Amino acid sequence: MSFRTAPLTVARDADKSSLFTDDIRAAIDREIAKYPPEWKQSAVMPTLTLVQDANGGSLTRELMDAVAAYLDMPAMSVYEVASFYGMYDLEPVGRHKVCVCNSISCMLNGSEELIDHVRERYGVAPGETSEDGRFTLKEFECLGACKDAPAVLIDKVYHECLTPAALDKLIDVLD
Amino acid sequence: MVENQNTVCFRTMHLPPERRYRLEEYRALGGYQQWERILRNRIDPGDVIEELKLSALRGRGGAGFPTGLKWSFMPRQAPGQKYIVCNSDEGEPGTCKDRDILRYNPHQLIEGMAIAGYCIGATAGYNYIRGEFYEPIARFEAALEEAYGAGLIGKNVFDSGVDFDLYTHLGAGAYICGEETALLESIEGKKGQPRYKPPFPAQAGLFGRPTTINNTESLASVPVILEKGGQWFLDQGRPNNGGPKLFSVTGHVAKPGNFEVPLGTPFKDLLELAGGMQDGRALKAVIPGGSSVPVVPGERMMSVDMDYDSITKAGSMLGSGAVIVIAEGTCMVKVLANLAHFYAHESCGQCTPCREGTGWLARVLERIRAGQGQAKDLELLDSVAGRIGGRTICALGDAAAMPVQSFLKHYRHEFEHLIEHGKSMNLA
Repeated sequence: MSFRTAPLTVARDADKSSLFTDDIRAAIDREIAKYPPEWKQSAVMPTLTLVQDANGGSLTRELMDAVAAYLDMPAMSVYEVASFYGMYDLEPVGRHKVCVCNSISCMLNGSEELIDHVRERYGVAPGETSEDGRFTLKEFECLGACKDAPAVLIDKVYHECLTPAALDKLIDVLD
Repeated sequence: MVENQNTVCFRTMHLPPERRYRLEEYRALGGYQQWERILRNRIDPGDVIEELKLSALRGRGGAGFPTGLKWSFMPRQAPGQKYIVCNSDEGEPGTCKDRDILRYNPHQLIEGMAIAGYCIGATAGYNYIRGEFYEPIARFEAALEEAYGAGLIGKNVFDSGVDFDLYTHLGAGAYICGEETALLESIEGKKGQPRYKPPFPAQAGLFGRPTTINNTESLASVPVILEKGGQWFLDQGRPNNGGPKLFSVTGHVAKPGNFEVPLGTPFKDLLELAGGMQDGRALKAVIPGGSSVPVVPGERMMSVDMDYDSITKAGSMLGSGAVIVIAEGTCMVKVLANLAHFYAHESCGQCTPCREGTGWLARVLERIRAGQGQAKDLELLDSVAGRIGGRTICALGDAAAMPVQSFLKHYRHEFEHLIEHGKSMNLA
């Protein structure tokens, strides 16, 4: 078969109670419980999300190593996942993430104008963070809100049918 | 005008928005009665599968594979755990229908998954929802809690001795995880790279166990098919194209939206439902089934009916039911460059023709769009696209190649003009 049917578990003798906070460990354990006991690594995605959110929106090598230790995974397997999926950020980010969808339905309805507008008004290109550290601009592939184009995801909330002026109002109230 | 709207997955849409997703409202519409009937009467799973086959329900995620037939592949009597997995990793550009099922009718999906689990011999299921869908995820998880609280899923449901546990697994921004075996890899805590088939998931799927993966809309259609009968569902559409289907009509239309209408509805009627063209512009082209399918010139599209077989005859595919409408005045080079950028970004990197080829397509198209194209570029695009299609493990390669080939077939003059003059012929 072209795929493994058993996880690449590595035994660890690390003291897991020293990893993360009590709340995060409890949240990770709730995720682990969703999967068969030998498949702890299935919880790697939700774990990375929890850890990233608690770290101001990005991951570090040390945090990924801690995730590997907690889930009995090889560190490399955690790096692979963290670098594969677009919602994990491996470089520091601003306090907020402004994610502009630039796929076809949004493009047909003005998403490029939104990106150009942010570039001009705030001096921030996709992948960059504003000088005041307020937000990072990300160009996203289809957000699945095509009927409400153009759509922008700010942190965890969708904003739809936006004009440059409407986007300004949203960005200006970010702390 | 189109009659029989919102009869299946959108049957809660007539309710006020804040009540659509609640358990009591769903039960008032007859919700969970099919699940209860099946368990209380010990209905033979084979009978349910026969009803689905009669309904001609075809997979709503894009491939259009008959759902009943897919379920029949499962070795339901085999010992050990088996899984039902729902694909809510909606990400095909243009498609935004599963998001509204999750937001406005989550219980019908839960009931559909429970029935599917029973029919294939699975006592556990996962709903894989894309990570960006914060609101739909919250809605689905709240519904899951309600369903557990009411004893509709969990252990020994309705004292039948049947267990069914359902969990969510969230994606984290990878289009490729909508491919069913990449999705399984993702649930197993890995990069989402598709598996070589065989073995098919029904033989070795999630955690190496027999697994069935269905799209959100397919699973959410099941309770209504069983309530009203496979024949009723079939009669809603056309032979071999049963039922209504959700169409996401987007792009240059006046009122973009999701419309649940019978398969076989003429495109022109669907366009009218979406308010017609934006600002009275003329119709130029339609991508009728999500960004991966061949583009169809507008004039041709006006005489096409929206069902799997009719769209195939028109040289394209119904796909996920995402109808992307493009108005006159739009530069088709710009549109294709946008699509090519998407596939280059989302290629998982596993197969060389796709990893390298999608990058070539995107770079060459960007160069043409920027007015720096060369005369030999169109030949190069044809050649690269032709060397990706059919040479990769999954369909992403074909999905990247097909738009290129169809855009060059129908709009080659626009590409030639831009290469020759350095600017689009669509600029006013």
